Amino acid sequence: MKWVEEFRDPAAIRAASAAIAEAITQPWTIMEVCGGQTHAIVRWSLHELLPPELELVHGPGCPVCVTPGEVLDAARDLAVEGGVILATYADMLRVPGQRRTGDLLAARAAGADVRAVASPLDALRLAQAHPEREVVMLAVGFETTAPASAAAIEAAARGGVANFSVLASHVRVAPAMAMILAGEDNRVQGFLAAGHVCAVVGTEDYPPLVERYGAPIVVTGFEPLDLLAGVLRCVRALEAGRPRLEVQYRRAVRPEGNPVARAALERVFEVVDAPWRGLGEVPQGGLAIRPEFAAHDALRRFELRPDERGVAAEGGQGSCRAADVLRGRLKPLACPEFGRGCTPERPLGAPMVSSEGACAAYYRHRARHA
Amino acid sequence: MPDTDIEEGPSCPLPFSDYERVVLAHGGGGRVMQRLIRDLFVAAFGGAALERGHDGAVLRPRGPIAVTTDAFTVSPRTFPGGDLGSLAVHGTVNDLAMCGARPLALTASFILEEGLELRELATLVEHMAAAARSCGVEVVTGDTKVVERGKGDGVFITTTGVGELLVDPPPGPERLAPGDAIVVSGPIGEHGVAVLAAREGLSLEPPLVSDAGPVHAAALALVEACEVHCLRDPTRGGLASVLAELATASGSSMHIREADVPVRPAVADTCELLGLDPLYVACEGRFVAFVPAAQVDDALACLRRSGCEQAAHIGALGPASADPLVFAESALGGRRILDLLSSEQLPRIC
Repeated sequence: MKWVEEFRDPAAIRAASAAIAEAITQPWTIMEVCGGQTHAIVRWSLHELLPPELELVHGPGCPVCVTPGEVLDAARDLAVEGGVILATYADMLRVPGQRRTGDLLAARAAGADVRAVASPLDALRLAQAHPEREVVMLAVGFETTAPASAAAIEAAARGGVANFSVLASHVRVAPAMAMILAGEDNRVQGFLAAGHVCAVVGTEDYPPLVERYGAPIVVTGFEPLDLLAGVLRCVRALEAGRPRLEVQYRRAVRPEGNPVARAALERVFEVVDAPWRGLGEVPQGGLAIRPEFAAHDALRRFELRPDERGVAAEGGQGSCRAADVLRGRLKPLACPEFGRGCTPERPLGAPMVSSEGACAAYYRHRARHA
Repeated sequence: MPDTDIEEGPSCPLPFSDYERVVLAHGGGGRVMQRLIRDLFVAAFGGAALERGHDGAVLRPRGPIAVTTDAFTVSPRTFPGGDLGSLAVHGTVNDLAMCGARPLALTASFILEEGLELRELATLVEHMAAAARSCGVEVVTGDTKVVERGKGDGVFITTTGVGELLVDPPPGPERLAPGDAIVVSGPIGEHGVAVLAAREGLSLEPPLVSDAGPVHAAALALVEACEVHCLRDPTRGGLASVLAELATASGSSMHIREADVPVRPAVADTCELLGLDPLYVACEGRFVAFVPAAQVDDALACLRRSGCEQAAHIGALGPASADPLVFAESALGGRRILDLLSSEQLPRIC
């Protein structure tokens, strides 16, 4: 596939790997923010191509993982007791909620009408096809998926699709990065920022972070060569003591992002403080549907209150150290529950629940236990 | 594998029912049912055993036999490259072949949902009959039940197959040995991606065609040509899941080279877009063979003579291990574990 094979070329990868080894003179810790990047690193075993001085830690950028359990419980209640058609992304179907009453696949087995869709616009079409039913889209994700939610909400408002609403749990990446850098025992010295998020919102959130915390940020893509090129730039900036914002993923990212998508986000959503599963409350870390669109906001339409603060900070159960994993303070294999009390079938913490979570990626591709 | 054109049989010359759709009476034991059996099933499948109209068939195999059974359901029931009817024959024929057995006879059991269009049922049955004929296997007995509307998904077909062992002991997981070479008969993942695309309405250019088809000719030729330790068809869960199961069964880890696993570009690209791993996508017309390392060239030559032009040597069994796992070496040289999935593979959000 054009634009893929070039970025998996073994010779180019070896060259990038050698360049990193040449550039590095001391230990550095770099966090890749996005779950898609974590997945690619583990999938391609890129850690084996990095020098021992470099530690890659995995960030909180798995939207499935950080969706609060209470939101999942609310969605489940709507489907099971509220009798709505609940539409959502396929990988939300097997994420356990906070109450541990089972995932949405179990709800479907018990008779709830739960549908997997590829986009909120598919859910909108469901609503148009079933005017007698309430259709609720459980929409999660970063600024990558939020514009599709905005488009569906605006289309519903324009078309008067009264039976369509969105249970939105959209989150913003940059505030979570700021929170990690501001943490007392932060170990992260540089970031590979999430390329697709930046393709939508641009890069203007990052210069203040670079300035305030002295951490280089390299907006990076998702293929093996992208990731190594991002690491190389980050290492060079760290070694030179000149932190700055760089864009490795130029084929997708413009500094201003995607103006059409940004405008839609601005019209439909407002920035709010929001709870992230495993991280707790992230200031300015979420997007809430504006009051003008209350008719299509499932929280208001069904008077849901899933955001009782505090509970969502749940890092996991038992000795699970999900919060430390999500902040880059602990590698999955170092968690005492990894592979013992906590597996993808019976996850204790957020990073094990989705295939893009760091713990699940390690479990699947690297090791069954420490 | 030879291409298997489903020959279009004569489209049911007899009006086998006064109804356009399945009604409860089609399973009720009376004349409506008798007519459906006689004019649809017996007419399509033919054969002396069915025409006796008795409760069962008598087989007289010459030696040890293999038996397998499988229930078939697929959504949509017709997909590029096949349908539920042909799948119900090929799936069971292939399972017999994986036991090292030449297919002799099939039974077919239908659970029909009230309301199913009889025209569709007739097409599925015709395709089953055509598939059975082309595999040289006879449908010798069957059964029909009708469930009320809403209590079935249109039609479920269960087939049981009986086959004569070609070699004894037959290939099986217990014969896997450290050092065995792993060979796959052709490109993987086409069935899973073709069905997913048909179900989700993805328009792929050019359209992907399922690999669904019979593998017995190639598999049995291999069994006769080489010392085959084990055969397995990677249906649900794909190649990776089959290898993970067999690693556990054999007590040896397996090592495969991803770059050597044949995957057509259209499958690789579609999986890339959907966030799927082709190693976990179902095939319905491929198999994996385990042969002694010294015989791998003979095995590949035999498969290529049997129409499996893209058969490939993808890896080997390692020594016995207390924690037998499957390791895949990527094109970049890194190594990852291929484990059983926790549940079905779902497209990822981003």
